[in-house]
Amino acid sequence: MKSSLKNMVVVLTTVSLISSAAVGGSYVMTKDAIATALDAKFNNAIRQVLPEFDKIEEPIEVKNDTGSTPLKIYEVTLEDATVGYAVETSALGFTQDIILLAGFNKDGEIYKVAALSHAETPGLGSKISNPEEKFVVQFQGKNPETFKMLVRKDGGDVESITASTITSRAYTLAVKNAFDAIKNLKK
Amino acid sequence: MKYISYIKDGILKNNPVFVLMLGMCPTLGTTTSAINGLSMGLATTFVLILSNVAISLVKNLIPDKVRIPSFIVIIASFVTILQLVMQAYLPAIFETLGVFIPLIVVNCIILGRAESFASKNTPIASAFDGIGTGIGFTVALTLLGLVREILGNGSVFDYKFIDGDGMLIFVLAPGAFIALGYLLVLYNKIVSKLK
Repeated sequence: MKSSLKNMVVVLTTVSLISSAAVGGSYVMTKDAIATALDAKFNNAIRQVLPEFDKIEEPIEVKNDTGSTPLKIYEVTLEDATVGYAVETSALGFTQDIILLAGFNKDGEIYKVAALSHAETPGLGSKISNPEEKFVVQFQGKNPETFKMLVRKDGGDVESITASTITSRAYTLAVKNAFDAIKNLKK
Repeated sequence: MKYISYIKDGILKNNPVFVLMLGMCPTLGTTTSAINGLSMGLATTFVLILSNVAISLVKNLIPDKVRIPSFIVIIASFVTILQLVMQAYLPAIFETLGVFIPLIVVNCIILGRAESFASKNTPIASAFDGIGTGIGFTVALTLLGLVREILGNGSVFDYKFIDGDGMLIFVLAPGAFIALGYLLVLYNKIVSKLK
């Protein structure tokens, strides 16, 4: 079709309007499903990183120095006795924040850590979302008071993922911050 | 019969990766494992079919000079919708591919097919062209992902057959170029034998 100023403006406006309506419509339609999926993911993760519990207390928010979201500390109880803490923590990874859920038992020992969201390189840094990965497993049962929370390269005890030092550093830092937050909370 | 040949062309004669060398960014970036390559291929195919059909439906209403901006807006909307749907119903796949989904917008195969095929042909022909090109792209990405996963990680579709790491360079960017180069050699060898 031959272009004139009028038809160009009309067509571009119409195309944009229809497209925005379609995108807006699908946002509204998928909004609830996305929220449910995220909720399910969180509930799954919190069950994974902590021993058995029957109640999650309201989260306490603490300022985070390394990531863009505040730390959220969830205390969990079984028959009204504290079993442990799950901390939603984050640190800047290779491109974006790595958001983790770190579980600690009531003595401050790391129970398990799970990755909630990250944008690390697929095939390298993305190994942090595999719960059986050696790097992820090494934190289990360690107490950050005695286990030096730095990667080997920086003089600590954490064995980093081959070719993913930045990811490993961020992950370690996020877990360490979570631990410090709980320690401060108990004081 | 014509429609079948569109599909065949997309896979062999006009394979977007092995012959046209288009869409190199997602090809090299996402193929760190076979499953990533496959999912990226399928996501692209989905957008390609929808955008081809939509563009061939509106082709006579769009003035020539604003052709490309209009196509891009249409393609970007489909990609955003795909992203929302994946996030809602396929969260596991979204997690591995999430970073790359917005890249589909700037995938030159999609704009290329819109420009060279959908804007000149009927919606049905465009749909078949989309299916063919999409399958060709998916096959190429899965093959490349498979090779890189075997060499770089020692696994096939996440099934590990060696202990520890493989040749890590194949998971990194340089390995993508090397593996793609050898696949191209192999592809051309096979195709020239067939002729």
